[in-house]
Order: sequence, then structure tokens, then C-alpha cells
Amino acid sequence: MAKHVVVIGAGPAGLETSASLAKFGFNVTLVEKEDLSGGHLKKWHALFPSLMPGYEALDNIRKGLNPSVKMQVSTKITGMEAVNDYFTVTGHNGWQAKADAVVMTTGFQLFDAHRKEEYGYGIYENVITSADLEELFASGKELLNRHGRKPERIGFVHCVGSRDEKVNNLHCSKVCCITAVKQAIEVKQKLPDAEVFCFYMDLRMFGRHYEELYKEAQEKYNIQFIRGRLSESTEDQDGNVVVKVEDTLLGKPLRIKTGLLVLMVGMEPRANTRTLARRMGLKSVSDGFIQPVDEVLHSNYTEIPGLFVAGTCSGPKSIADTLADARSAAFAVADFFKK
Amino acid sequence: MKLEGKRLIWQDYQKEIADDHYFYARSCIRQTFFPGAEAVFVKILKDELGKDIHDNAHHTSCTGIGYHSDVVPFDTTMTVVARQFALMTEAGYENYAASCITSFGLYTEILETWHHFPETEARIREFLYKATRREFNKPKNLAHASDIIYKFRHQIAAKAKFKLVDKNTGEPLKVVEHIGCHYSKMFPHKGIGGAEYPYVLSGMIEAWGGEVVDYPERRHCCGFGFRQYLVQANRGFSISCSKKKFESMEPYEPDLIITNCPGCPMFLDRWQYALSEMEGKTYGKNNHGIPVFTYEEVAGMLMGYNPWEIGLQVHQVQAEPLLDKIGIPYDASQKFKGKNGEDIGIPESPSYLKFYAD
Repeated sequence: MAKHVVVIGAGPAGLETSASLAKFGFNVTLVEKEDLSGGHLKKWHALFPSLMPGYEALDNIRKGLNPSVKMQVSTKITGMEAVNDYFTVTGHNGWQAKADAVVMTTGFQLFDAHRKEEYGYGIYENVITSADLEELFASGKELLNRHGRKPERIGFVHCVGSRDEKVNNLHCSKVCCITAVKQAIEVKQKLPDAEVFCFYMDLRMFGRHYEELYKEAQEKYNIQFIRGRLSESTEDQDGNVVVKVEDTLLGKPLRIKTGLLVLMVGMEPRANTRTLARRMGLKSVSDGFIQPVDEVLHSNYTEIPGLFVAGTCSGPKSIADTLADARSAAFAVADFFKK
Repeated sequence: MKLEGKRLIWQDYQKEIADDHYFYARSCIRQTFFPGAEAVFVKILKDELGKDIHDNAHHTSCTGIGYHSDVVPFDTTMTVVARQFALMTEAGYENYAASCITSFGLYTEILETWHHFPETEARIREFLYKATRREFNKPKNLAHASDIIYKFRHQIAAKAKFKLVDKNTGEPLKVVEHIGCHYSKMFPHKGIGGAEYPYVLSGMIEAWGGEVVDYPERRHCCGFGFRQYLVQANRGFSISCSKKKFESMEPYEPDLIITNCPGCPMFLDRWQYALSEMEGKTYGKNNHGIPVFTYEEVAGMLMGYNPWEIGLQVHQVQAEPLLDKIGIPYDASQKFKGKNGEDIGIPESPSYLKFYAD
């Protein structure tokens, strides 16, 4: 009888892992807490560096899913137990399954920008997050600020909730730098007359074509990159967001009035992932993401035989890296069953 | 601006404030700058609210200004503060109420230091004992005096004769609140409302009928910032800080500024005079300037205390236009009379800022 694998979380990692596992001939149950698969990608307008529409990427990933994969939606996993050589997995609604292996693809949660109080998210109306901007792009609506005006100047704040000891997140979220470059270009495409500023610590253009996109942002779109972290934002009488920042290359403090301020929120491990990992006795490190047995050689294995990880639950990743990691996890599961 | 967003943050920054029996530590400079403020605090607590407040004649400066100016070492500062705590203990009190923001910040810093480094506390206890043969208990509750007025703001509102309201229009007055930097910027959880959107004065303004003005330079220093002022060569920084704030708040047409720090009302008040003499520019309507008050003075005004008995005549920016707007009565002929009716002298009139003398 074919082995049964439960995959927890139907974002890009879970979908791709399930698709690959089904190709190996395993019985796969993909469990999702929401009523629809796709995770954060559902709301993402376009992907860097090619600007491929998010829905197109998601459609393609979903298409890879073999109909034999059983979808268990609207089920939040509340319990998991390793019993002899199998796992019992329990959902909040009483759903239960016995699995020969489990792959955790529980993903990430976006940093809650309210926690950076000095940036004024939730207080000043024209302070939004990168996720809010993607939703605005995806809606197809005109790019207006919350006061219904075309912003003449837009600021992007990098590293919001990432590489920040004050909020206890030392890790880099990897994707925000290039996302800011991508979003800044999209803004310039929609509002060619607007001035666009990116406030950064350093720019981590590690992926293929990222550097080229960054160069294009400067040369073709005249986007201004200012090395310096924001100290605070406030609001003027017209609803503009006034930001204070130091240009550390010029060594000068700046005060800039923006019509829209976009906070590039980073990735954090999901609270539920931490709980599950703790219950299973998995090793966790200070950043809270699940620690695989070895980050270089065995990135999908955990210390518990039969329990695997894929995607951003084990650390920030781009969609491309997530999909590769998901396929790698399926190989790891197949390898595990062979032994 | 979404007030709801601020309210969510305020929920995270509440603190325990003792209900009664306070050991009151005065500021070393407030009685010179705004002599009525501390007297009003004591009067409101004792006479209006029936609280027990111990005013000790033997306490000294906390050394805060010297400490922040790098002329007093931290061990010395901690030992002096330990002596204040010893006076509190000897008087039979456990709740320490600091009049000064810098003192409050310093006491907080010292208590946190001792919490994390008990060996430092032991060393300071030894220093104090060797120097004075005194011993002490740490306060069970540490509050700034503005925390205490905040705690009783609704009781004060219930007893007040006036509100922060324009008597002619019934509209709330527009009030700028300015929080001393040492109140919560160092330890956000020790201040009502935290560091970014402190609520301690906003809460009073709301309770007393006014409308809080949030303007772009709200968080900026008043200009005292010790090194900016104490080092004479840096005073240009000091006045430019104040100017930056006035320019930023001016479009909102505030009726008054309320502060909770010894230095802030001094600098926001006196620098308006200096700026007017330097540049011929005054803020506020009709060359009146924007009046600046301590929260105790505002509480006293609203309670209906005689404006001259609470020291409003020593303000550089004159209080009369605001008193008229609220409808608070005053006897102009008594403005420069001392408590015994003696003439205390009329200051020279500024070139631009309006001045009122009978």
C-alpha cells in the first residue's frame, strides 16, 4: 500500500511539495487552514524580477497538483504526535489523519508593522505596507493615497521588522530589498512624474537579475536610493507623511514630505509553526524559524525521522527558492521511505 | 490621523500609579522658573483630592543635570539618589513622586540598573552607609507628578470651574502637548502611552475639554537638551530646536502648549521672546505668542485659582488672552503684587511680544 504523507500548509511550498510527492506515487493529503490554497501569493500582484503576475505563478503551481492529492481545507492543525513509525495529525475541527511522513510547509507571517510605532502604521493614513501596496496593485485601482490624491512623492522603507534588534528580529528577510526595487519601478510606471525614494541599510541584490533590476531602477526610472534608516514619521495638515532620515553617505539629516510611505515588512515564523515545533520537540533557534538537521546538506530533514520541512517555515525564501526547496523535500521523503 | 491607532498603542503602555501617600521630591529648577507649579500640585492633592503628600525639606538635587552633562559620575548620582530614598524610608513612605522629568528618568534608570546589577545596588548601599549612616528601601511605586495628575484627571475635571473651551464659541481649545524627553524615551513602558505617542498629557487635555494638536515636530526636543544649552557655544542649537517646533505647530493655530518637564516650559516660553527680539517674529495671533504652561498651572487655572497666585505673571508669553478666551477672571491691577501686596516690579516690555501691565 502506498505511503501516506500529510503536508501542512497549502501555500506555494505545500502545493509544490504535494505535487512532487504525488508524482512519486504517494498518497498525499494537503491540509490548509484557510478555505483556499495559495498562501500569501494569492494577494501578491507581481513577482520579481520578471514582474510575472502573482495569479499566473499560482495558477501554474496549482496546475501541477495531481487530482489524487486530497485537499483538506479550513483545517487548522492543533496537534501532531509521533507514534512508533507513524504520525497522528489533528485539526481544530476534529479532522484526524495517520501519516507515514509529515512535511511542514507552514510558511511565514508578515511582520506586524504596528510594532514599529515610530513609523506610524495604523495611525497615519498614508503609511502602508508592501503587502498593502501589492493588494492595491492587484485591485487594478488607480494609485492614489488614502486622501484620494496622486502622491507626488513616495518613500519605501527597507528592513521593517528585519535586521532590527529592537523588535527582536536579527534575520534578513531576503526578499524585501528586491521587492522594494520592483514596487518602486511599478509605482514609477503608474506615476511617471512622481519622485520615488528608497531608504535602505544596504541592498542585498543576491539573486540572478536582481542587480540589473536595481540598476534599471536608478538609470531608467530615476529612483533615488538613500542609505539611512528612518528615525520617525509624522503627518502634516494635508495628510502627507513627513519622514526624518539620515543620508549616511552624505552625512546629513533629511526631512522629506511624502504622499505615501511604504513599509517593506519582513518575514517572521508563524506563531502556530512555533507552537507545533515546540510540541514536537524540534530544535528552534533564536529567529524562531524551524531548524533543519543541517542547513547545507540536509535542509529538509528535522531531528524527528519522518518529519520534514520545506519553504519559508525554515527561513525566508523567494518563491523560486521555495519551489526548489519544496521539490527537494519530496525527494527527501522518497529517500526516507526507501530506507 | 487615526486616533484608534493611538488608542491601541496606549493600551500597551499603562502603569501602576499609587493612589495615596506620596513622598514628593521637588525639582531644583522649577520653583525658580515657574514658582506656582509645584505649589499647585501640592494644593490640588491635599486640598482638592484629600491625599497625603509628604514634602521633605532635606532632599537635594538628584544631580540629573550634572549627570547628563558628564560632570557627576554615575556612582555619585546613585548615592545621592539613595539618600533621597533613605529620606523617604525614614519618613515612612513607599511611593515616590518626582516633580522633575529628568529626576524621574534618572530614578527609573537607577532602579533598572540595580535590578539588573544587584552588586551595584549593594555597593551604593555601602557608599551611602559609610557617608551618612543611612539605609533605605527602594520605592514600591515610582511616578512622575504628571502621572499622578493624569490618574486623577477626571476627578479634577469634575471639580474644575472651567474647561479648555472657548467661552464664546464653545469649541475645544487646540492644545499642543510637549513631553519631556526623559519621561519615556529611555524606558517607554515607564510612561503612560509609551515613547512615540505619550498619553499622559493628552489624557489630561481630553479630560479637561481640549483638543490635542499632533504636528510634525511633536517629538522634537524643546531646545533644553542639556548640552545644547549648558555649553554656551551650543545655544544656537537650543533656540533653533524651539524655532523648529514653533514653525511646525504654527499652522495648527494652537491656543496653548502644556508641558510636563522643568526645562520645556522655560525654553518654549523664553525662546519665543528671544526669537521675537532676534527676528521680529512672534507666533500665535496678534503678537501674543503661544502661551506655555505646566500641567499643574493648567489644572490650577481650570480649578479657578487666582492666576497671579499660581505664578502666571512670571511667564514671558502673557496668559491674559488665554484667560479671556476661557473666561477665567483675573484682577489686572494685582498682577505684579506680591502675596503681601508689595509691588514686585514690572518687567521691561519686549519689542514685539505683547505685554500686559495695568
